[in-house]
Amino acid sequence: MSEGMGGWLDFERPLVELEQKIAEFRDFADGEKIEIRDELRRLETKAEKLRTQIFTGLTRWQRVQLARHPRRPYTLDYLQRLTGCFLELKGDRGFGDDRAIVGGLASFRGRKVMVVGHQKGRDIKAKLERNFGMPHPEGYRKALRLMEMAARFGRPIFTFIDTQGAYPGIAAEERGQSEAIARNLLVMARLPVPIVGIVIGEGGSGGALALGVCDRTFMQENSVYSVISPEGCAAILWGDRARAPEAAEALKVTAQDLSKLGVIDGIIPEPPGGAHRDVDAAATSVGDTLDSALAELEQLSPAELVEARLQRFLAMGSYLEDGLPKGLGHS
Amino acid sequence: MAWFRRGKKGIKAAVDKKDMPQGVWLKCRECTEILYRPELEKSHWVCQKCGYHFRISSRQYFQLLFDEGSFVEEDAGLRPSDPLHFRDSKKYKDRIVAAQTKTGLDDAIVSGRATVDGIPVSIAALDFSFMGGSMGSVVGERIARAAQRAIDARRGLITLSASGGARMQEGILSLMQMAKTSAMLAKLAEERLPHISILTDPTTGGVTASFASLGDVILAEPKALVGFAGPRVIRETINQELPEGFQRSEFLEAHGFVDRVVHRRDLNRTLATVLAFFGDAPMPTGRLRRRQDDH
Repeated sequence: MSEGMGGWLDFERPLVELEQKIAEFRDFADGEKIEIRDELRRLETKAEKLRTQIFTGLTRWQRVQLARHPRRPYTLDYLQRLTGCFLELKGDRGFGDDRAIVGGLASFRGRKVMVVGHQKGRDIKAKLERNFGMPHPEGYRKALRLMEMAARFGRPIFTFIDTQGAYPGIAAEERGQSEAIARNLLVMARLPVPIVGIVIGEGGSGGALALGVCDRTFMQENSVYSVISPEGCAAILWGDRARAPEAAEALKVTAQDLSKLGVIDGIIPEPPGGAHRDVDAAATSVGDTLDSALAELEQLSPAELVEARLQRFLAMGSYLEDGLPKGLGHS
Repeated sequence: MAWFRRGKKGIKAAVDKKDMPQGVWLKCRECTEILYRPELEKSHWVCQKCGYHFRISSRQYFQLLFDEGSFVEEDAGLRPSDPLHFRDSKKYKDRIVAAQTKTGLDDAIVSGRATVDGIPVSIAALDFSFMGGSMGSVVGERIARAAQRAIDARRGLITLSASGGARMQEGILSLMQMAKTSAMLAKLAEERLPHISILTDPTTGGVTASFASLGDVILAEPKALVGFAGPRVIRETINQELPEGFQRSEFLEAHGFVDRVVHRRDLNRTLATVLAFFGDAPMPTGRLRRRQDDH
């Protein structure tokens, strides 16, 4: 690795530095020499220990940082690895094409599927083009158009969720950001084809949920999903966005939290150090999850599918009825 | 669970003290006119000078919208729990108790059935005075049940919104109420039953981005703040001042997201007309005030 230390998180930096040292050592030193081999083994053991030390017991805020990692794979990184063919389709047929959401026709392990997902940009130019992965209404309307099309032709749908949230701007409000999100929630609830969603990074509030009314929802190990960003929550509660780490704790935003609450169907393990350390391996795990979830859902008739989806979302909630605990999260 | 129980039985008017100052003389928040309370009550809490619509409680709306004595509360046994054990400067549990004590409500919603000009409806109304009308599990559940009851009894559903959005203290479960309420509205639509959404000041966030924007007919009170993101968030994001009238009902009507901006005094007649259209009752004639800009 010839790159500098940019684009790494503070807490993973010692590990990355050590790994770079090992790589350099291996490149330049004579690997035949026994003492060098011993030294390499010693360093690798050290790296392994450091990795375990850093990545077990991550705080919720560290998970948020990993979910937002500048090197984290985005929707198109997964599609590139998971689909045999991907033909992007653009536009909402009303206003324009929102580059913060991508979608199209794909082949996936012998099946034909419709795929839609949020898309972030890697460099500055791409970030601007993708509006930092924050869609406008036309993005949600494009997604809806593609999903309805899939339903009409009996094709299952995969959604990849990765956004800070729907864009809060003047144009977005003028074009009905609320209506666009709400419409997706309503229509997705009744589409007569299997829908599997994966949170691959940030599941930011309504802007994420607008692709999230699925029969099965999974989260990658280092992804987060939340009703409000930790910064936004901290601003409201304490008038101080810097207290986001505390808000992340209170909001319980991690895959582990949501799994425990019963809101998602499973956690997709990531390679050691996170999805960005081995994108191919991360993609394989995501693909295997999509594959098995779809195989399960294909056993259901369209009517069963839609009814089960309704029941799934009706069960979401936690309250007391006549003093008795009902719903999720009472354990 | 004794701390969840209401101290007193019976109905108290849910009135936010901040919005509804006590005393005979009140100042309009918009034009600062000094108003005489009995007059204000007669005009349904609308400033006679500038037309500012004061924030009122769900119970006050029921008096305005429904046939006298027709409202029957349903699903009243639901109370919030604290699935995340949420705590900021205060515990969520304590916030709930404080809000219950302040408002006399169990949560930010009152739901049930009533009649409008004799037409039966299901109703779910939010109360802004209870934690900003925020939608948590109880709000979502009662809306979903109101929709189911509408389906069972073959009647329309009215939702009345006043909310800052999803309730962050219930975390992801609050977000999921958006999907839950919307899914039930999809079912209601399949049953060919109408949903009429009334937007009042303010309606933002997860409530606007779910059931409130999904009315077959969407009505809004004049000058109500209605939007996805709050004005403060937008201002901070784009770093410039927002245009005059941005995110007000009239703005939404102009952009095609609200069917009609309706003065509070006309809400009942408008509702009766819409409900009559969808059902068997004859349409009322010649009783609806025309707005100046109607054609």
